[in-house]
Amino acid sequence: MRYLPLTDVDRSAMLGDIGAPSIEDLFRDVPVAARRARLFDLPLHAGELEVERHLSALAARNIAAGSVPSFLGAGAYRHHVPAAVDHLIQRSEFLTSYTPYQPEISQGTLQYLFEFQTQVATITGMDVANASMYDGSTACAEAVLMAGRVTKRRRIVLSGGLHPHYRDVVKTMTGSAGFTVDVAAADVFGEEDLAASIDKTTACVVVQYPSFFGHVRDYATLSAQCRDNGALLIVAVTEIVSLGALKPPGDMGADIVVAEGQSLGNGLNFGGPYLGLFTACTQYVRQMPGRLCGETVDADGKRGYVLTLSTREQHIRREKATSNICTNSGLCALAFCIHLTLLGGDGFGKLAAINHANAVMLADRLSGVKGVSVINRTFFNEFTVRLRSPAAPIVETLAARRILAGVPISRVYPERADLADLLLVAATEVTTTADMEALVGGLKEGV
Amino acid sequence: MAMSRDGRPTIPRNSSVAGMPAPTFTGHRGLQLEEPLIFEQGQPGRSGVDLPDPPKVEHRMGTSVRTRPIELPGLAEPQVVRHFVRLSQKNYSIDANLYPLGSCTMKHNPRLNEKMARLPGFGDIHPLQPITTVQGALALIDEVAHWLKTLSGMPAVAMSPGAGAHGELCGLMAIRAAHVARGDARRRVLVPDSAHGTNPATAALCNYEVDGVPANKRGRIDLAALKAKLGGDVAAIMLTNPNTCGLFEDQILEVADAIHGVGGFFYCDGANFNALVGRVRPGDLGIDTMHINLHKTFSTPHGGGGPGAGPVVFSAPLAPFAPLPYVVHGPDGFALKEHDGGQAFGRLKAFHGQMGMFVRALAYMRSHGADGLRQVAEDAVLAANYILAGMRGVIDPTYPGPCMHEVMFDDSSFKSSGVTTLDIAKALIDEGFHPMTIYFPLIVHGAMLIEPTETESKESLDLFIGALRALITRAKARDSAGFQAAPRFAPVRRLDETRAARQPVLRWSPPQPKQAAE
Amino acid sequence: MSTIRYSSEHEWVRVDSDDGTVGITEYAQNQLGDIVYVELPDIGKKLAARDQAAVVESVKAASEVYAPVGGTVVAVNDALGVNPALVNESAEEKGWFFKIKLSNKSDLDALMDDAGYRKFVEGLG
Repeated sequence: MRYLPLTDVDRSAMLGDIGAPSIEDLFRDVPVAARRARLFDLPLHAGELEVERHLSALAARNIAAGSVPSFLGAGAYRHHVPAAVDHLIQRSEFLTSYTPYQPEISQGTLQYLFEFQTQVATITGMDVANASMYDGSTACAEAVLMAGRVTKRRRIVLSGGLHPHYRDVVKTMTGSAGFTVDVAAADVFGEEDLAASIDKTTACVVVQYPSFFGHVRDYATLSAQCRDNGALLIVAVTEIVSLGALKPPGDMGADIVVAEGQSLGNGLNFGGPYLGLFTACTQYVRQMPGRLCGETVDADGKRGYVLTLSTREQHIRREKATSNICTNSGLCALAFCIHLTLLGGDGFGKLAAINHANAVMLADRLSGVKGVSVINRTFFNEFTVRLRSPAAPIVETLAARRILAGVPISRVYPERADLADLLLVAATEVTTTADMEALVGGLKEGV
Repeated sequence: MAMSRDGRPTIPRNSSVAGMPAPTFTGHRGLQLEEPLIFEQGQPGRSGVDLPDPPKVEHRMGTSVRTRPIELPGLAEPQVVRHFVRLSQKNYSIDANLYPLGSCTMKHNPRLNEKMARLPGFGDIHPLQPITTVQGALALIDEVAHWLKTLSGMPAVAMSPGAGAHGELCGLMAIRAAHVARGDARRRVLVPDSAHGTNPATAALCNYEVDGVPANKRGRIDLAALKAKLGGDVAAIMLTNPNTCGLFEDQILEVADAIHGVGGFFYCDGANFNALVGRVRPGDLGIDTMHINLHKTFSTPHGGGGPGAGPVVFSAPLAPFAPLPYVVHGPDGFALKEHDGGQAFGRLKAFHGQMGMFVRALAYMRSHGADGLRQVAEDAVLAANYILAGMRGVIDPTYPGPCMHEVMFDDSSFKSSGVTTLDIAKALIDEGFHPMTIYFPLIVHGAMLIEPTETESKESLDLFIGALRALITRAKARDSAGFQAAPRFAPVRRLDETRAARQPVLRWSPPQPKQAAE
Repeated sequence: MSTIRYSSEHEWVRVDSDDGTVGITEYAQNQLGDIVYVELPDIGKKLAARDQAAVVESVKAASEVYAPVGGTVVAVNDALGVNPALVNESAEEKGWFFKIKLSNKSDLDALMDDAGYRKFVEGLG
């Protein structure tokens, strides 16, 4: 077995030193009835070539989004990742190290986490960011739980523009913790007004920016309404590239901003692993979930970094911790950090501008197709279109012709028959004019 | 007050090191290169990415357009590459040397796994593509699920949890849902004092009251104390097996009977499943649900702290409550159940789980096969017992062996010399080793938990044993001053964690001008 | 004249008529190591004896501090917010946590005097 260095000679010698008659003897604390003498009914070991053949055959049964015109978004976006990113994150010292619990030999991880925290706080316009969470949806649920701790209230309001998966994760994660969740109806047109649902019992209001249906709204008024009632405003961003072109949520008065960071540095990966971003105002830092990296000095007075404020966390606070999370999305955070470092502030802005321009061009083209209408007046790189018939079968038809046309709203709102004709369409910097023409052509024939 | 632990120094005590070389002009020391933050290196006009000018369009972003500049530095690609390469060189890694962190399972990460995860057919598929275009992905998830069910002897598995702690949440939420469905909501969860902190934190997140159960003198759960705590309001027990002292819970069948006897469920923390894989099925031990850390047992890389993946296996009574989504076999191939899950307790995460980790785990499973996985458990347990034996005459294990995949020592033999467990850890760094897990579990004073894993050669184990024997011998000889100066050969020396916590600096800020401009 | 009493949980309370000042003992601060943060109760909070009143944090541990006597919190030591190290430097003087208006002076009967606490600590080894 190529991954196991011990030989049978080694094993015998080691057993001899231990003074055990057999390996079986080392398992003697296991109840006899539970010791399996025979191998399990699974394939036997295989060489690299055989394993590679098997997995490659499975991979070949999928259509890679990059191999066809693709317009899928809805919380996961295909962007170009510079070659240096994947090279650097595969360096042994990043890929195969553990959580930086021994700071003297983990300064590489700790310093990039410090840089990552600064980058995330900067683009969201917030004071502090943590070292990341599993993904945007779980970060969103953690934000709601944190708002409960800060306000000591248990009623939450979710916008109808929030990604339905995020909504469901929030409901699941808060359900057993005794929260009441008010969910606004799907906000297809980006016109909802949540003011009436906010009162002195509201812990927080969660909105998405841009919204699930693509609308871009300024939440400054909503923020003031929250503040007047002692509630927190949580802003969720599922397309982090949008913050290169949009006003940062912190500037609108958000108390907590969470985001999905996949778009920078990370591939689609069929939905995971992704990168949850979590930021807040300084005054709430002790209620934040997850790891935090901080600056300090070593015994010689030299600058260095450590994990800090750990008394919030489960390994110290146990049942009184701010969260049960024990990992971060370390390597995905590194990929994000490298990609954003390569872009710089100017590059990040330019990338966002290209995304938006491509989306505008796509929207204009689609508006010209008979039977297709664009719903959004505002959007960043994603918007909703109405077709003349249910979107899902059309998407299937186009997929058979190797065009990934977008996400039918029915995929996430199956209970809303009235939304079946809606299709969510995204364009990024990888979308070409030829891709747009392919979609236009497909819809002309298919609608 | 309830003092949860005795103090240990978090401000470096001794800063003078005899024999340290004079500082260099650059601050570099040979291959150890100093590296400023990216924010201290940027220049306007520099970028590491060439982008075309955006097409000219009238924007549709309403009134929320960004008006202030994005204050991030500009660096060219060579600078960025050099920055992150230099940072990487300040990290320890399993690729470089043995990484004996108990309870963490730092084993070799095969590169085949990385190669497979990057196939465009896995790495470049969108989670909401039409199901017909991702049949291979669903087949892969189904195959990983089959391996996990077979290896655990359990009939169902939830694949979506993002890591071990998320898996714990999944397991406890299913337990809560099962009790609620019976009209028998319960309020207490029993957690041994030796448990990972995630266990009580998870139980609290599910609104359960956490009730501790002590360990007995043999480092196992105290069965009598457990039985005394049982009652009709107990929802579950959360037990780690092998436990956090590296021991198999030899009364586990009695534990299972006891908890089932009061209508509760048995949650097993599967962090240490790597000691059992291919040899012992949790399903044969009376366990109802268990998370499996793919980044431990199945070698997906730890990546400096994540991402992980924590699928959860279920017994038949809990299976109906598993969360959405899950893969089903339909008439036209695989399908994905995303809605209307019947008794499913909800959704834990957007999309379908840590696909990138499933690919890596399957490459690992297929490479080892049923025979190789069994050998994994055996070699892991052999290596830990070899270290236990190798320390004879210098330090005794906290509990007599045999241990499972990790061995526990403590500070009782050298405490009186003034040397602490922390000192031993830092001195190991100078010997070229990552320290073992220290001060965990909390029930053992000055704990040192060592997990070598099955991917170390005998020569590598011998060198580690030699180094640790020398250090413990020195500690007993009362060389506390020498220990306090360690580490001397790391990129930085002991860090002032007290200062970091008292005056938190959590992001870089531009240097402030001496006087405000206003 | 004030009386000082100690709990077996290492809190001290100095009492003048109905007014008590509460902190943790020199022994406790020494055991905890460098204190980095103290979470104090709200003024006006009513506490029964042995209720959790505060949390004291070192880098690696968070410890609950209980009210040695019952009553109403009337003041807290804001200086600890700026300088938690006061607890290490002066646990039984400048590093006090909060002042409490005692609701029942008989709570003091359950506590130890100076000599008793000293003996108790010696017994901890």
